[in-house]
Amino acid sequence: MSSRERILGAVRAGLEGTAVGRDPAAVEARLAAHAPGLIPARGQLDAAGRLDLFIAMAEEVSTSVTRVGAMAEVPAAIAGYLAEHNIAPIAKIAPDPVLDAIPWQAAPLLDLTRGKGEDADKVSITSAFAGIAETGTVMALSGPHHPTTLNILPETHVVVLRADQIVGAYEEAWDRLRASGRGTPRTIMLITGPSRSGDIEQTIQLGAHGPKRLHLVIVDAPS
Amino acid sequence: MRITTPEFSANAKAALADTDLQDALAKLRAGFTERRSKATERLPEFDALCDQARAIKDHVLANLDDYLVRFEARVIEGGGEVHWCTDAAEARDVVLALCRAAGAKSATKSKSMIAEEIALNDHLEAHGIEPIETDLGEYIIQLAGEPPSHIIAPAVHKTKEAVADLFFEHHAQYGYNQRHEEAADLLEEARQVLRSKYFEADVGITGANFLIAENGSIVTVTNEGNAELTQILPDTHIVIASLEKIVPTLEDATTILRVLARSATGQEFSSYTTFSAGGRRDGDLDGPSAFHVVLLDNGRSAMLGGEFQDMLRCIRCGACLNHCPIYSAVGGHAYGWVYSGPMGAVLTPQLIGLEAAGNLPNASTFCGRCEEVCPMKIPLPRMMRRWREREYETRLQPAVSRFGLALWSWFARHPAAYGLLTRLAARGLALIGGRRRRIGWLPGAAGWTAGRDLPAPEGRSFRELWAAGKR
Repeated sequence: MSSRERILGAVRAGLEGTAVGRDPAAVEARLAAHAPGLIPARGQLDAAGRLDLFIAMAEEVSTSVTRVGAMAEVPAAIAGYLAEHNIAPIAKIAPDPVLDAIPWQAAPLLDLTRGKGEDADKVSITSAFAGIAETGTVMALSGPHHPTTLNILPETHVVVLRADQIVGAYEEAWDRLRASGRGTPRTIMLITGPSRSGDIEQTIQLGAHGPKRLHLVIVDAPS
Repeated sequence: MRITTPEFSANAKAALADTDLQDALAKLRAGFTERRSKATERLPEFDALCDQARAIKDHVLANLDDYLVRFEARVIEGGGEVHWCTDAAEARDVVLALCRAAGAKSATKSKSMIAEEIALNDHLEAHGIEPIETDLGEYIIQLAGEPPSHIIAPAVHKTKEAVADLFFEHHAQYGYNQRHEEAADLLEEARQVLRSKYFEADVGITGANFLIAENGSIVTVTNEGNAELTQILPDTHIVIASLEKIVPTLEDATTILRVLARSATGQEFSSYTTFSAGGRRDGDLDGPSAFHVVLLDNGRSAMLGGEFQDMLRCIRCGACLNHCPIYSAVGGHAYGWVYSGPMGAVLTPQLIGLEAAGNLPNASTFCGRCEEVCPMKIPLPRMMRRWREREYETRLQPAVSRFGLALWSWFARHPAAYGLLTRLAARGLALIGGRRRRIGWLPGAAGWTAGRDLPAPEGRSFRELWAAGKR
């Protein structure tokens, strides 16, 4: 007997005669419906409330936020952020059509290279699939346009997000993912603030293995 | 790793005398419990979410075979493999074989209690593969050669100075010759040392907080981002997880995630919650090409349908440890193995046998705080009581306890004899107590009188006073 058969046999023997009982139809229905559970009230705000909550929750976990009125203002916003923090304006940028459409020549000092994250990269720029207001969380999906290494290797991760990508609760982001028809990406990251550790004497330090800084540039939706 | 669970009493005594440990535990009590209570107060729906989380796990456990098979099918569809392992030895061998097949010289690891449970590091090391823990706390205790002392804060017992000594000793080989004492400098040094380890590793091993039946993905939750670097950079990603980690859908995982971080660290959400499925897709520029899930039973299937099934709902948040007066007094190492606190007291006898772990269910005041704060509403005190009963039934309890209990039950069944005994005892103790009415030494009661006086009774038993109408 294989270990697989042995384990499944033991599981079935254990469940034999239990009060609840196995219910294959309920399993099938649950997977098909993937119904959301209870969604907290704070995850159900209107667009303006969502944006405010998203920014407040993000800042609470040391994410920094800049708001701009249009995609064309993104280069200056990023260049300004890097200058303000004394970070060299050299960045690895995701090979992403959304980012390609930004007029980067507006910030000629920004030195951008497209590709995945490497050890030497200090700054990365990516888009994201969604922002989740509930906890100020950014959802990033892996794919040809978004290498996961960009989220995690550089010291500074800059994310460009449109305001209309901000949803209230995680479940809305799952719905959007299912509706996109792109299937399950290899890696979905829910990023809530920069990397941190409390493992030395329970004192929180930022930048354990991942980014020391997470900066969001939120582009207001065209009205 | 040597199991010292049978020596709980001696371990506990040593822990109580360890001032560094006592400082750390005091900080833990204040920190984790306060942050948890703030986080749960801030989310009015917290209790209702806990009820839903519990119902999800109960539903999964009742249909576990079905969900396991469906999860396996989705992993295979996504190009991954599932390896079923009945016990620790089989799981160790499977992981070793996978590492060898990948030609691995080293493997990075993100924190996994299952890896601790199967003692994976020793096995890999013994066979020439260097395991590198990447969670900072796990890395520290790996350098120290110790087991974790807390399920989510494994190095909580280490002082900054102890970490400084460990890094100074072990990092010299990489050219770090300065002894840093500031937490920020220590963190930066570990970041640099481990960075190169991530890139050198041929295999990355992670645990999993959830296995999602719907799409065959696995979920890791960290604050450091080490699980991501561990799985994205090497070509092979091995996941080690026990059977009960299954949840049906993304939505179900989400419900449980809402209570996990709040119960564990008191955070609204951990920094990184990552869902991983299969190998890299066509066109992806990074990610592993091979994806293996090692599914471990190791005694879990035997808990189904029995008195300890509820324990399989545990999501390893550590809230029961943080709120336990015993854990808070002696820390995790006293428990002598991998799991500590109330959840460890229930799980350990199941995994290593009651004979070795019989002490643990007795290390409880039954105050009930663990069950109160458990997001999955696991009846931990009831299960500890059940282990105590089993210990008595199987005659594993020490002769003194058994004799005492037998004596007690005889008197309880003979009220006249009980009345006589208590009358005599009340008078005898009153006599010994003298005018001060304190007893400083009493044969057989040194455990009490060594530390404080025993107040002497006034001379008449409760039943006498009751009969005399002095209520």
